[in-house]
Amino acid sequence: MSSEIIPLLTKALGETVYMVLVSMLLASIIGVPLGVLLHTTDKGQILESPTLNKIVGSIVNALRSIPFIILMVAIIPFTRFLVGSAIGTTAAIVPLVVASIPFIGRQVETSLKEVPAGLVEAALSMGATPTQIISKVLLPEAMPSIVSQLTTVIIALVGESAMAGAIGGGGLGDLAIRYGYQRFRPEVMLATVVILIVLVQVVQFLGNTLAKRLNKR
Amino acid sequence: MIKLSNIEKIYDSPAGKVHALKGINLEIAKGEIYGIIGLSGAGKSTLVRCINMLERPTAGSVLVDGKEMTKLNESELREARKNIGMIFQHFNLLSSATVYENIAFPLTLSKVPAAEIQKKVNPLLELVGLKDKANQYPAQLSGGQKQRVGIARALASDPKILLCDEATSALDPQTTKSILDLIKVINENFSLTVVIITHEMQVIKEICDKVAVISNGVIAERGAVLDIFTNPQQPITKEFISVLLSNELPAAFRGNEISQVKTEGSLLLLRLIFLGESADDPVISQMLRNCAGVECTMLFGNLDEIHGVPFGRFIVGLSGEENSIQSALEFLRGKDVRVEVIGYVKRNNPAFN
Repeated sequence: MSSEIIPLLTKALGETVYMVLVSMLLASIIGVPLGVLLHTTDKGQILESPTLNKIVGSIVNALRSIPFIILMVAIIPFTRFLVGSAIGTTAAIVPLVVASIPFIGRQVETSLKEVPAGLVEAALSMGATPTQIISKVLLPEAMPSIVSQLTTVIIALVGESAMAGAIGGGGLGDLAIRYGYQRFRPEVMLATVVILIVLVQVVQFLGNTLAKRLNKR
Repeated sequence: MIKLSNIEKIYDSPAGKVHALKGINLEIAKGEIYGIIGLSGAGKSTLVRCINMLERPTAGSVLVDGKEMTKLNESELREARKNIGMIFQHFNLLSSATVYENIAFPLTLSKVPAAEIQKKVNPLLELVGLKDKANQYPAQLSGGQKQRVGIARALASDPKILLCDEATSALDPQTTKSILDLIKVINENFSLTVVIITHEMQVIKEICDKVAVISNGVIAERGAVLDIFTNPQQPITKEFISVLLSNELPAAFRGNEISQVKTEGSLLLLRLIFLGESADDPVISQMLRNCAGVECTMLFGNLDEIHGVPFGRFIVGLSGEENSIQSALEFLRGKDVRVEVIGYVKRNNPAFN
């Protein structure tokens, strides 16, 4: 592999990590509360509200049913409105966040459902407020599971960020397409694939380790 | 302390309306240990949850420590609940928190300062015998230890009432005994009113002062534990008691025809129940002395104590001439002993006749 490739690879890896981390952070800020809302407004839960649950649930389902590549193109006007451009790494973050919010919402909801109902009942019997139940019972008890679920989201984001390369987002996917495919450089293709595999392995390992440390069961 | 009046609870279920509680009236005095026994689905868990409004009754009044619980708003209700501790069958401890943090949990909810929490939690750890486990997680504890944490947690907010929802049902008999002993100690030392929900008569017998038997959403029978044990009226009560006190005939007679008139070679079986001081009276020997021609065979015997009152149950077989048997029966009925006539039954093995 020629030496000019190395800086390209590091730059692309940097862009991918940037897109994934920033998207993950922004999406979690909205996605985690969304998951809490989906769970707590469900039937029999502390903030039971069937109408709200149904409306939010339908929006989440609708967003989740759009393939990422289409979502990315469909929300270009929205992206342009937010970041002033539809091209570039930062612009790619917008569709990545939009796609991840409902995903995180559902994943967090699933984790919260695993918390035994008896724990919520016990907290209620001690006079806990709904906010206290969320912050002191539901989230801490579901934390190991939430960490595992969010790890899955990060891995999905690595894949989606590669697609974002198609709208000039940069990153490893972009590099693989432009150099590996369009310029017939199989060694670049191979290198990006290897880096992606390693990246995903590392993320999964860190996620598993953290989830295990948090789990006291 | 607790007064439930005309409590109704109707659930909507996919299969239609379920009438879980049908006009329950119940009064529990301060410092009492009150047992509520019933089969699963009888409505006992729903009933106990009506006391702290985890279940809102469809109709009726719930008076706890002078407060009408059904009329409180959300924040008043949260305050009122801090007065009512609760322990559960499956303990419901936070798996992500240590023993110490679990016990401190109700205080954390009330935003008590850490120093005060420590002053409160340490004596509780000592009370339940888990001082050395303070920094362990619930997963590292046995079932009995988990329930001790549950009890300490329930006591942290200095409640006046302790609700126990099948608190010993997931524990083995020995651990059950130790948990019940602990509840008894707490009841005495803190003059705590205790409500115990269970399906085990043993629990009722062990520590309860009073008991209500609930069946199909109504209270079938209630009273002092001693009275219910020695003189149950309803079939459901008899069934519960029969788990502890067998109503079966001794093996040698089981399955044979019971006749109310004397037949050749049969014994008149009697169930004799002695209570309190009468358990000390030499009733049987007096009977034998007074009624000539009667033989008495002891077939089954059991002496127990309920709240320190001796309580004996015996099955005896009388044989002899019809009129001597009748006079023996007369004699027993005149004594301080309850006599139930089972009937004339033959032994299985003719070799014994």
